[in-house]
Amino acid sequence: MLIYALKRLGLAVLVAVVVSALAFLLLRASGDVAIALAGEGARSEDIENIRRIYGLDRPLVVQYLDWAAKMARGDFGTSLFFKTDVHALVLDKLPTTALLALFSLIFALAVSLPLGILAALYPNSWIDRLCLALAVIGQALPSFFFALILMIVFAVMLRWLPVSGSDSWAHFVLPTVVLGYYIAPAIMRLVRAGMIEVLASDYVRTARAKGLSSSSVVLKHALRNALVPVVALAAVQLGFLLGGSVVIETVFALDGLGYLAYQSITHKDLPVTQAIVTLLSLIYVGLTLAADLANAWLDPRIRVGSGT
Amino acid sequence: MAVLLEVEGLTVDIATARGTLHAVRDVSFSLQSGETLCLVGESGCGKSMTALALMGLLPRAAQRSARRMRFEGNDLAALPERRLAELRGARMAMVFQEPMTALNPAYTIGDQLTEVHRRHKDSTMAVARERAVALLEMVGITNAAARLGQYPHQLSGGLRQRIMIAMSLMCGPSLLIADEPTTALDVTIQAQILRLLVELQRDLGIAIVLITHDLGVVARVAHRVAVMYAGEIVESASAADLFAAPRHPYTRGLMASIPVPGATRPGDRLGVIRGIVPSLIGDVGGCAFRDRCDFAQPVCARTVPVRSDGGHDWRCILGEAVAA
Repeated sequence: MLIYALKRLGLAVLVAVVVSALAFLLLRASGDVAIALAGEGARSEDIENIRRIYGLDRPLVVQYLDWAAKMARGDFGTSLFFKTDVHALVLDKLPTTALLALFSLIFALAVSLPLGILAALYPNSWIDRLCLALAVIGQALPSFFFALILMIVFAVMLRWLPVSGSDSWAHFVLPTVVLGYYIAPAIMRLVRAGMIEVLASDYVRTARAKGLSSSSVVLKHALRNALVPVVALAAVQLGFLLGGSVVIETVFALDGLGYLAYQSITHKDLPVTQAIVTLLSLIYVGLTLAADLANAWLDPRIRVGSGT
Repeated sequence: MAVLLEVEGLTVDIATARGTLHAVRDVSFSLQSGETLCLVGESGCGKSMTALALMGLLPRAAQRSARRMRFEGNDLAALPERRLAELRGARMAMVFQEPMTALNPAYTIGDQLTEVHRRHKDSTMAVARERAVALLEMVGITNAAARLGQYPHQLSGGLRQRIMIAMSLMCGPSLLIADEPTTALDVTIQAQILRLLVELQRDLGIAIVLITHDLGVVARVAHRVAVMYAGEIVESASAADLFAAPRHPYTRGLMASIPVPGATRPGDRLGVIRGIVPSLIGDVGGCAFRDRCDFAQPVCARTVPVRSDGGHDWRCILGEAVAA
């Protein structure tokens, strides 16, 4: 297990380096930074000056290494638009987004695991069809539209929950439901497909032949084997939630990372965009690593080598 | 000896897209305590479905009915699933054909062995572990205590089948159903597993229903034999009687197709039964073997009587005086 974990960790570090280099290069390729920094109507001497001051005239490799070294020390530079330390700015917004992502994933799992299992236990029954209907609606309904409907019903008409903002726990309820419902169908269908396959397996028949209770057969013997692909999907979706809640954060005026990313891009605030892109990439790499380790725990064939 | 299992008129129908498949048709047999009954027949003859029907493990699409299905005083046909689950693994246990896939890859051997004991005997972990080690040793596994921590993928097919057998015996059942337990194993391991079953039966006095297509296996272990064809038992007798004087043309065909060591030379043609197994979808009437039988008469299309001679029953229009 330790060797496996170290191998995965080494691979993750390698991927992180490559990804950060790509993020750096892509943003550089999107336009001349010096011109963007100088603003409209700048004279060419000004642009040259900026290029020298920010070190943009040096070779790209040197610029990358310099930037990476600073990032590693926690020096993310200064925001061009907010004029504050990027590190502090990003750290200030991260908890809101991270909480929203985590709540959404938990909500999605709480809905999709039981429904997926039930649909697999009774395929083509009314519960299976209900799940399919919920899944189709969840995947087809644009999340901003669903957000507006929930807002009208629960915030405006019933007045149970606040419309927007990020001041209290209550503010997170509607965004959590919207995002969770958006990612739940994919998980539910994967759980259903995996469970149907596993329930037909020989070892589930063995478990039933042992006279185990149906809950033990389904939850202990079947579910654990069906969860392996689900863990990988959940990790990817958590990454998606961390980076992809721009629309929902904007609709609900949640002051998180997605909203900051949107602002930094519209204002050509390169250090902020770069920091967010890099941070999210690293989070993705970290989540993939976590999923690999979780799967190794679930499936001993990954974790323990063969041979007696 | 007491009658342990009594089956009368067992029928299994499976709904398929092309119609109802009559997988098991009016099967009756009984089993004494400590006896070995072999169900013999080719693939698809309904022998595995018969076993699964006894255990209550039929696939969802299968419909079971029986006039009588008594096991240790319980009516298996009428028992609710919850009560049946209390018998499964405790009083009646099953070993499957595929040892490579029959154990759960996610849990250790020890976990899977102790689980069944803790479920039925309400035992502590320590007691269950002790029992597991004792049984692993009984089925001939060395270093048993260390094996408990291993996962199925770390073990060979032969070892896994021994573990399946040990697992089936954890609660001391009176009936063991073994569905082609040696088919997936190589020949030397097959012999070991068969010997193990015979020894276990002698030492523990359990009754065994052994399902096989291999008459060589039958000759080695069976007390009684039931030959199945197209969902029916066409002949049943004590092993000695059956091998000495097979009555049903199908049984004779099976025996003629076994190579005899020493007598059959390489390249010799073995006996073959012409034709193919009939479809069991839709109405099946008369003798299912008549299209392949050298002795078939028009009357074979009608209901065929069961003839009896001592403990030897066969379902055929022919009496004993048949020229072989």
